[in-house]
Amino acid sequence: MRIFLNDDAHDVEPGTLAGALEALGYGGRKIATAVNGRFVAAPARPVTPLSDGDRVEVVAPMQGG
Amino acid sequence: MSFYGVELSSRLLLGTARYLSPAILAEAIKASGAEVVTVSLRRESGGERAGQSFWSLVRALGVRVLPNTAGCHSVKEAVTTAHMARELFDTTWIKLEVIGDADTLQPDVFGLVEAARILSEDGFEVFPYTTEDLVVADRLVEAGCRVLMPWGAPIGSARGLNNVYGLKSLRAHFPDIPLVVDAGLGVPSHAAAAMELGYDAVLLNTAVAEAGDPVAMARAFALAVEAGRTAYLAQPLEPRDMAAPSTPTIGKAALGD
Repeated sequence: MRIFLNDDAHDVEPGTLAGALEALGYGGRKIATAVNGRFVAAPARPVTPLSDGDRVEVVAPMQGG
Repeated sequence: MSFYGVELSSRLLLGTARYLSPAILAEAIKASGAEVVTVSLRRESGGERAGQSFWSLVRALGVRVLPNTAGCHSVKEAVTTAHMARELFDTTWIKLEVIGDADTLQPDVFGLVEAARILSEDGFEVFPYTTEDLVVADRLVEAGCRVLMPWGAPIGSARGLNNVYGLKSLRAHFPDIPLVVDAGLGVPSHAAAAMELGYDAVLLNTAVAEAGDPVAMARAFALAVEAGRTAYLAQPLEPRDMAAPSTPTIGKAALGD
């Protein structure tokens, strides 16, 4: 199925948010996530299923003012 | 001074953006004496490591972080960003920005109050980036904010305190709420002026980060904040229209014709 992660299209195996993140190189990283504009806490990623066309946001710490 | 029960000795809060290198950022934070630094969050691809190395740097400095919701233009965006920040940085503190105008980065105070209420009810400790408007400040306090951060001038503008009267009114109206001038400061004298008004602290970023020598400027701001605070406690003179001779005239020799 195809998901959009930070606006980029990725073809991933059907499964959970945690699975997709692992497959796309985010394993073990300090990140926060949202799916379709809704925050998904880290403990919920393994039980959050993704559907074709879902929009996933992945953010990391960054400099700020 | 304390924010939400956390005692702090430094009254200078520093942003972490726009420095030429991580090493200069680290040195500037040390030179400023800041115990709180602002941070943000941005998209990161699977191959990037910038966010992870930045986080390692901040942790090594041992400072407390105040994540922001910079760039958010709606309540929904700001609230979702705050939730992501709380998890990412493991803090309930959030510098809440809901931007209403792209040119001036002026806060959307209506959205700000709404987002502050939602987040406060959800356990966040909100530091709202607001204007000097008294009524908005009242609404923010009603919404649960226990710190207010009015702007001095638009972010990055280096204009200093645009509305001294408004900032003084806010101080007088909220004697017990920690007030922080956030944004728009350009030079240390601006920070000193804010502190002389009785503000509890100042928050700045660009004035240090984009100075020719950010580390020296961080030190200069630290000195100015300390000077301004000391002056406030020393109870400055009120300005007057006419001269008042400082040298006593009694006993002056009569040497005229």
